[in-house]
Amino acid sequence: MKDCIRVASGQGFWGDLPNAPIDQVTKGPIDYLMMDFLAEVTMSIMQKQKKRNPELGYAKDLVTIIDQILPICVEKNIKIITDGGGANPRACRDAVFACARKHGIKGLKIGTVCGDDILLRLDAFRKKGLAFTNLETGESFEQIGHKILSANVYFGAMPIVRALRQGAQIVITGRTTDTGLALAPMIHEFGWKKNDWDKLAAGTVAGHILECGGQASGGNFSGDWRSVPDLARIGFPIAEAYRNGKIVITKHEETGGMVNMQTVKEQLLYEIGDPRSYITPDCVADFTSIHVADDGNNRVRISGVKGRPATDTYKVSMSYLDGYTAFGTLTYAWPDALEKAEAADAILRTRLADLGLVYEEIRSEFLGFNSCHGPLADATRDVNEVVLRVGVRSHEHKAVEGFGKEIAPLILTGPPSVTGFAGGRPKPSEVIAYWPALMQKQHVTPRVIVKGV
Amino acid sequence: MRIKLLDICHARSGDKGDSANIGLIAQKPEYYEIIKRHVTVERVRKHFEGIVLGTVERYELPNLWALNFLLNNALGGGGTRSLKNDAQGKTLSTALLKMEIEIEDSTKL
Repeated sequence: MKDCIRVASGQGFWGDLPNAPIDQVTKGPIDYLMMDFLAEVTMSIMQKQKKRNPELGYAKDLVTIIDQILPICVEKNIKIITDGGGANPRACRDAVFACARKHGIKGLKIGTVCGDDILLRLDAFRKKGLAFTNLETGESFEQIGHKILSANVYFGAMPIVRALRQGAQIVITGRTTDTGLALAPMIHEFGWKKNDWDKLAAGTVAGHILECGGQASGGNFSGDWRSVPDLARIGFPIAEAYRNGKIVITKHEETGGMVNMQTVKEQLLYEIGDPRSYITPDCVADFTSIHVADDGNNRVRISGVKGRPATDTYKVSMSYLDGYTAFGTLTYAWPDALEKAEAADAILRTRLADLGLVYEEIRSEFLGFNSCHGPLADATRDVNEVVLRVGVRSHEHKAVEGFGKEIAPLILTGPPSVTGFAGGRPKPSEVIAYWPALMQKQHVTPRVIVKGV
Repeated sequence: MRIKLLDICHARSGDKGDSANIGLIAQKPEYYEIIKRHVTVERVRKHFEGIVLGTVERYELPNLWALNFLLNNALGGGGTRSLKNDAQGKTLSTALLKMEIEIEDSTKL
């Protein structure tokens, strides 16, 4: 039994740095590679793809990445854990098996975790009396129940642990907490118990630090950002986890970026609410208990993490179609750039009103002037250039489409010294709104299948 | 002495639905006492007037020399609904670092 494992972050989101997972498996020792692909509304896109083609509905980029790293992972015995299975983990597994055959790899075992998808069971659950009240706004599910596009439960580390116990070298899940992807190998390797709350919380904290990739190793660092070396070759973070629950955050030598107390703290505070209660299906971690110490040489020690028992509910993430948006941009140049952009905006709004097009919201921003920080911007009106960015939102597809047709004409029929209209007419995109809710754990069971070729 | 939070802190912000959070981290442990005293819920609410439409919550993380602020109803609907260029509130961190506070002249920085 090992006393220490190295869990590496390979992707912080779907579309992250393509080379990061390759660096993680080639530039130094690791035991596990975790990759997160699922943002809050990603599932609805994947559901749609699966509906059109039952062989799709997962992160195709994952298969591209695995194709590049599989031989070396097999050779070095690096296990891969990812939620890139999306709405179709089994189809994703089959694509990875095809990839293994292509490389002549035999005896590969892949685990899938399903059962998170409750879309087709929603009606039955509601008949049982489950409310699915919006967790953030308290709104009733009644008003949107009929237009749900996807509904998935967030599972934690345990189903992944079961797959690892059955010998899986790759575990592909649907909706899983990001932290669970990193915590699972620690539970598996160290035999942590279901009620080792402090250790589970420590592994969860490690997962939170890893889940956004380079954001823990010098990316998007608001401290002395100039001091971050060689961001071009940034090394993604690695959690060195110990049996006793101690964690060291580090990265491979010979990579860029940096891991220090400040970069780790910024990530610890990223997208959290009440720090005393960071709730996952595995435990409730208390972020105020975390001690962080800098050991130098890109090593940061995490200790003292306290955990409390997990709650009896799962978080459910649902999505639904809630209208359309489109965005158009035009660039205005000196002299009087800002005044021209404002005039163009007024002309555009008059034309939209004359056409009888109605929107729930029209928002105009002046990039280069105050689109960031709004009234807090110490901006001078005498800017050399400014980008007018107008966004509209409506439940009427026609209105949003009509807006798209009104942007380009402003070049020849509006204020002068205007440019930067590229990429064609703004097209309506769907607003996929997010509906978070809670449900009792007893109603759903993760399905874990491990298969080999 | 008047200073900007930028002089003594670093910060990161992000989204949670239509709410944003800002982790405000003091560069030194002694600065944590300063931000704990000066960067109150009331000051932050006033600072973000016109940007944050809901309530402001503040949480203390003394071990990390940090405060976490939850800014409710701050992102124009959040997610894919928001029409903001900064729909995820990523630049609210530096907007907070702009805040000026008045500290004792004898304070060593």
